[in-house]
Amino acid sequence: MMTVPINWYLMLGAVLFTIGAFGVLARRNVIVIFMSIELMLNAVNLVFVAFARQLHSMDGQVAVFFVMTVAAAEAAVGLAIIITVFRNRETVNADELNLMRW
Amino acid sequence: MSPVVFMMMAVLLVAAALGVVLHRSPIRSALSLVVTMFLLAVMFLLLDAHMVAALQVIVYAGAVVVLFLFVIMLLNLREDARAMARASKVVAALVCGGLFLFAVLWFLVSAAGRGIDGGLEGGVPATFGSTELLAERLFTQFLFAFEVTSVLLLVAIIGAVVLAKRKLA
Amino acid sequence: MGIEIAIAVLKAVVVILLLLGLAGMLGWVERKGSALIQDRIGANRASVFGFAGAGLVNTLMADPLKFLVKEDLVPAHVDRFLHTLAPCVNLFPVVVAFAAIPFADTVHIAGRAIELQAVSINIGLLYVLAMMSLGVYGVVLAGWASNDRLSLLGGIRGSAQMISYEIGMGLALVSVVMTYGTLDLQGIVRAQGHLIGGWLPAWGVFYQPLACLIFLIAGIAESKRNPFDMPEGESELVSGYFTEYSGIKYLMFFMSDFAEVGLVAGLMTTLFFGGWQVPYLLADGFHLPWGATVALPGLVVTLLQVASVMVKVLFFCWLQILIRWTLPRLRYDQLMAFGWKGLLPLALANVLVTAMVVLAVQG
Repeated sequence: MMTVPINWYLMLGAVLFTIGAFGVLARRNVIVIFMSIELMLNAVNLVFVAFARQLHSMDGQVAVFFVMTVAAAEAAVGLAIIITVFRNRETVNADELNLMRW
Repeated sequence: MSPVVFMMMAVLLVAAALGVVLHRSPIRSALSLVVTMFLLAVMFLLLDAHMVAALQVIVYAGAVVVLFLFVIMLLNLREDARAMARASKVVAALVCGGLFLFAVLWFLVSAAGRGIDGGLEGGVPATFGSTELLAERLFTQFLFAFEVTSVLLLVAIIGAVVLAKRKLA
Repeated sequence: MGIEIAIAVLKAVVVILLLLGLAGMLGWVERKGSALIQDRIGANRASVFGFAGAGLVNTLMADPLKFLVKEDLVPAHVDRFLHTLAPCVNLFPVVVAFAAIPFADTVHIAGRAIELQAVSINIGLLYVLAMMSLGVYGVVLAGWASNDRLSLLGGIRGSAQMISYEIGMGLALVSVVMTYGTLDLQGIVRAQGHLIGGWLPAWGVFYQPLACLIFLIAGIAESKRNPFDMPEGESELVSGYFTEYSGIKYLMFFMSDFAEVGLVAGLMTTLFFGGWQVPYLLADGFHLPWGATVALPGLVVTLLQVASVMVKVLFFCWLQILIRWTLPRLRYDQLMAFGWKGLLPLALANVLVTAMVVLAVQG
């Protein structure tokens, strides 16, 4: 039985990352932008775990552990910011949150 | 894992990821995100990363996305009238994303002999990816990062509570 | 290979039937039990030719039939896909988590070692925790899909309550894992087999009494039963997050409620009350503390172990029903304050003390 070469995992990770990047750039709802960022982080997690499996090293999985923790912390703070913004501006549309734009 | 299983998982993952970025309603995007997290947890299991897979479900699918859903419910965000940015931005995003993806895929396809080749066969010890091994790494070599991460989480908790608190008039 | 798949499927089917049967039975036990506590008769009209069969007629025929033939009213303003998805998503994690509970020691039949545990993985406790944390989605989806204010409020409250008490539950389980040194549920039950001081069975409750109490309280809060049932507060929010449900979908919410009672009871017995361990029963028979032994064949030992699990699970189900009909409901802010300012510091202190004791004992 042929096993899956590492390239396939990296390609899948790249595709997921690109989809997430597209979401960040092309969507207007700030919460969906956040979700796309989480998608990008998960694509990176997949690549880490695949490499950990190939190189027989647990360091990749430790990296995933830290990425998860940081992503959770960032999601919490980011969503708190979104709630505050919504309270003040009544919108979560990125195009309308343009107070600091030139 | 066999190529057939991998292709199935890959197709499902890409479909779920597209669901996240393409749905008009934020709730459907969040649910697609849950499906993505779950499928990734299954991928991790198939890659012998048991503890990480359990953590993926507990932390991401069970807490982070719940937080997203919670905020969507609190702000009562129903369907967006115009979900995508204006056409020029979408085209620019597609072009940039396409270029990036093409570059990465071309690099990976031509990487034979550059050290990123090779399969994932080769037996790992039965305890690979277990809690014990992960903890052993975490508390010896990465101890400092672990402690700093706990401080980071504390800062995030305090920050989130302070930011979301209603100022008593 | 085929035999193993057949055994796995058989175990899964048995667990599903067991849990759903238990859930159905608990519905009737709840009605009769609450009637007993409130000094009234309760449901006694369902009978076949005057034979009520101690509630079996009600449970197996009347109640399910009633729910199945009721009109499945779906209001026009709901999000249909999510509305139908929510009861399924509510039931799934509970059944899947219950599958990890071990029912007896390893059985050797025809040279093959069979674990009487549908999901036997070495991160069993993490798996159970992961599945229970997925239980929030049923509440969230039901509250959102119903598209009306009261359900949304019930959904928000329910999900906030569940994620708050998950933390207390997780920390209580951390001290259990520290005591036993393993995440495998079968390993934890096996470790409760020896005797303390020669006569007391080494059940988890004697090593971790505070964790047991915290886990029970957090488990009742997770299943949103009284005194923590503000999300479905009957007198405040009609039915909270499942107001807009009727017929078979309401039955699924109901069954997942009782299935979660069964799940919390199962986890309590597995982690704190010895699981399938019968006091003084070893693999070849009873070894009583005063020296007498009673030799028993292996099959009888297995049956006794399974019976012990069932008795303990039923006891804790009854305990939760008793708690429901005895204690008043906590107001929502009291509920959240109790979870964050009461259970969480207590569980943290428990982890600290457990760590010090484990370090002192194991040097």
